[in-house]
Amino acid sequence: MTMRIFVPCDAAALSMGANAVAAAVANEIAARKLDAVLVRNGSRGLLWLEPLLEVETGHGRIGYGPVKPSDVKSIFDDGLAGKTHALNLGPVDEIPYLKNQQRLTFKRCGITDPLSLADYEAHDGLKGLRRALQMTPADIVKEVTDSGLRGRGGAGFPTGIKWKTVLGCEADQKYIVCNADEGDSGTFSDRMIMEGDPFALIEGMAIAGVAVGATKGYVYIRSEYPHAFAQMNRAIEIARKGGLLGTNVLGSNHAFDMEARLGAGAYICGEETSLLESLEGKRGQIRFKPPLPAIEGLFGKPTVVNNLVSLASVPFILAEGAAVYKDFGMGRSRGTMPIQLAGNIKQGGLIERAFGLTLRELIYDYGGGTYSGRPVRAVQVGGPLGAYWPESLFDVPLDYEAFAAKGGMVGHGGIVVFDDTVDLAKQARFAFHFCAIESCGKCTPCRIGSTRGAETIDKIIDGENVVQNIDLVRDLCETMRDGSLCALGGLTPMPVMSAMEHFPEDFDRVRERAAAE
Amino acid sequence: MLLKDRAAFASPWDAEAAREIAVRHKDMEGPLLPILHAFVERFGHINNEAIVLVADVLNLTRADVQGVVSFYHDFRREPAGRHVIKVCRAEACQSMGSEALAARLERALGIAFGETTPDRQITLEEVFCLGNCALSPAVLIDGELHGRASESKILELVGVRS
Repeated sequence: MTMRIFVPCDAAALSMGANAVAAAVANEIAARKLDAVLVRNGSRGLLWLEPLLEVETGHGRIGYGPVKPSDVKSIFDDGLAGKTHALNLGPVDEIPYLKNQQRLTFKRCGITDPLSLADYEAHDGLKGLRRALQMTPADIVKEVTDSGLRGRGGAGFPTGIKWKTVLGCEADQKYIVCNADEGDSGTFSDRMIMEGDPFALIEGMAIAGVAVGATKGYVYIRSEYPHAFAQMNRAIEIARKGGLLGTNVLGSNHAFDMEARLGAGAYICGEETSLLESLEGKRGQIRFKPPLPAIEGLFGKPTVVNNLVSLASVPFILAEGAAVYKDFGMGRSRGTMPIQLAGNIKQGGLIERAFGLTLRELIYDYGGGTYSGRPVRAVQVGGPLGAYWPESLFDVPLDYEAFAAKGGMVGHGGIVVFDDTVDLAKQARFAFHFCAIESCGKCTPCRIGSTRGAETIDKIIDGENVVQNIDLVRDLCETMRDGSLCALGGLTPMPVMSAMEHFPEDFDRVRERAAAE
Repeated sequence: MLLKDRAAFASPWDAEAAREIAVRHKDMEGPLLPILHAFVERFGHINNEAIVLVADVLNLTRADVQGVVSFYHDFRREPAGRHVIKVCRAEACQSMGSEALAARLERALGIAFGETTPDRQITLEEVFCLGNCALSPAVLIDGELHGRASESKILELVGVRS
């Protein structure tokens, strides 16, 4: 039997030299005339081990990592999957980081050939869509509603409710739009699906189309993800040829086709109405709501706008049933969340688990502490608009409501770890600065407030009227929170206020130094 | 339409080719961004003639097109250097020293972010998140992603002696 050797094509793996490793593997296969084939899989999400080379054997897939091109010859010399090589990690599925996960949405990512529809089907792909095609639209929507799935982009709005609204609209054209403008620092789960299991997204969008009566879909991908964009285009082409997309989806009388579109470097286009404006070819300025995009969305037509992970979770829900998905999780946070462990962390990567895990488990049990080896001082959860938290909050369970109760948010599931060299006043300043750069300019609190905020934090850092200026920042934050049109201006206060609340010492360095002298 | 992002690949302005690109995309839904991306890919930047031309083909005002071009960071109005270095300066990379890295690169290249070296070899740009946040600091050089980036590695990749 032909042996399969895997070297990921995921951008994170490429960033550590996976292409050179793949070339070395191909050379060895050819030079030794082996009956073996190189597969460019997605990433397993054990990113500190990339490039992770895997060899398929009778007793599972044996991993080596992180592999340099110069290691490849010795891995082959070792008989491939020999146990003596220094980089041998044993069976990849047994690595605790991976073994202790509950992979539903990411069940295939890193395992299959991302561009093989046959491989996709062999690993439960298309089961959800096949079942959906036998159901009434209302029943599909009910299944998604019953699963408890909430928008994984950050807002956590129930996905089924959005779908129900679009299903209830009469229109000559409806759209499914996938938000793959994954701009939050510390997140890469959308990218991993697009590069590692793109058919999962295509299947999820097709199910959404069948459910609400939409025949056209767009996946809006940020331009900072050139590899994901190229991979998605390849996958869409293969899906068309394979009958998954087109006028008769899998031979049914449902039509659904989709296109990948490239963003152009604007964080605000991750906000759903800005994204729609951008798709229409306009400046990515946000729209007033109402009307909701579900009623008047892309080109004024009823539109489902969902985050990529939400859509990629739908095939599992339809294949296995709402009850199975809903069984995972806690409280009103049902199912699993792909958590992304990032920043100053020893073992960064993707962890898909049911809601309810604590930050402490994630950072220490999975992550192994900081990369620098210094103590953890702060984490920012939920992207640039998420709160900065100290260690005293590390036991809060990952759950939309539990996080909100402590003034934070789960967001898109990114956790950025900082060691004790971090200066939270600088991070608060950056939050304002980032908002100033990325503001669409439509509303005043965001457009002007962000710049005034950065200036005021500068004064605080310089020790100028610290007490009064801190009050001023608080006041400004209230205005931005209550007066901004969208989450960019509305949530920029979250990192700022949390930094001031939990790390007040960083905002009074000048006086502290003066007192010490 | 993969972002090559390098002046070395860019062709000189060709109005006929530009019109052909615009006309080819014209009947898409929302054709403006795909056309502008195709222009940057082909010509390396968006010049004034391109704006006039697209406005004409899509029956938009120049102001409409100008407004879109100026809104998005990707639609550069000036040609870039031979190599484009995009340094991630978002939080995950900050936690791994990207600000110090950014300052060292500015010093080594003698330019600030947003500028191109006088010999037109290198353009230095900031970017907020490349999705490589578990392997920070991350940089994108001529469209290729690099993790655990250091000043020496980056300079070596663009052929600058440090």
